[in-house]
Amino acid sequence: MAHDAVATETTGPGYAPGLRGIATDWSADKQTFHVPWGKAMMWIFLLSDTFIFSCFLTGYMNVRSSTRVQWPNPSEVFALSFGGDPIPLILIAIMTFILITSSGTMAMAVNMGYRGDRAKTASLMLITAAFGAMFVGMQAFEWTKLIIDEGVRPWSNPMGAPQFGAVFFMITGFHGAHVSIGVIYLVTVAMKVLRGDYEKRGYEIVEITGLYWHFVDLVWVFIFAFFYLW
Amino acid sequence: MAQDGQQHPLAIYFWIWGLLFVLSAFSYAVDYIGFEGYLRWSLILIFMLLKAGFIVAVFMHMMWERMALIYAIIGPPLVLLVLIGLMAVEGDYTVLTRLNYFGEDTTEFVGHGAAAEAH
Repeated sequence: MAHDAVATETTGPGYAPGLRGIATDWSADKQTFHVPWGKAMMWIFLLSDTFIFSCFLTGYMNVRSSTRVQWPNPSEVFALSFGGDPIPLILIAIMTFILITSSGTMAMAVNMGYRGDRAKTASLMLITAAFGAMFVGMQAFEWTKLIIDEGVRPWSNPMGAPQFGAVFFMITGFHGAHVSIGVIYLVTVAMKVLRGDYEKRGYEIVEITGLYWHFVDLVWVFIFAFFYLW
Repeated sequence: MAQDGQQHPLAIYFWIWGLLFVLSAFSYAVDYIGFEGYLRWSLILIFMLLKAGFIVAVFMHMMWERMALIYAIIGPPLVLLVLIGLMAVEGDYTVLTRLNYFGEDTTEFVGHGAAAEAH
């Protein structure tokens, strides 16, 4: 399908380019967002979630910059040895790649959904969920290693600034909870897709689920950069 | 209205998918190679922003949405920059105060963990 044809189709009725478009959409006596209401609601939910995660990361910046005690070096803390020398941050790198892979399969699922290919949509969503579950599993491993082997607690740790534990459990815990909820959400919607529940209503639901899933990946991009790499 | 879903050629998804892998590999390489200081921080930020931008623009279809929605979603988080700025100033002030009153000693707050027993 030609790209331009798609563009005009998705921009919808009453479309005007640029700032004029904003003025028309917001000021006219009509619906502002030309998307299904579920999608607008998901975006607004994700916006609020952005604020939550930003507050966590800002709080982390504040405690890290205000402590006199040396901040533990994540590169060493999260190093893992496979028989040889420890490889810095390797588990986190694998988790990052897993999440990106799952984002790709999710994007495919959305595409297949709009093509009306139920079997492919559902299986791609289930694959996405499986990658998500794998991510959570590796996170559980990471938490176990840190708590049991290294003695990291929310109030102290042997490596340096005590705030490290609080920040780590808070931020990765909240993100992990989002991934877990996403896995449940994905499986639920995939089952309904398979059953044909959306044949009449259309497959926006897959795109909406996708928005949530990509957001989870998006948050990880920031956590990876600021918590693990910084 | 109900049928105006986002459908785009698969090729663009594959391109972005590949790019995200490459950018993630680059971010990891920053740590693996062990760049330090401003070079490290700017590389981390550049790769992070590129990844975030591609995810939002293409995977979340933001580049194909109308401006009314784009501005409503991208605009509000910009106020967070104010919070970040304030907290950076606050963190600076706090650490200077602490250094002023408690000195440079970095061991006393390691506290209740295994390290405290080892001392």
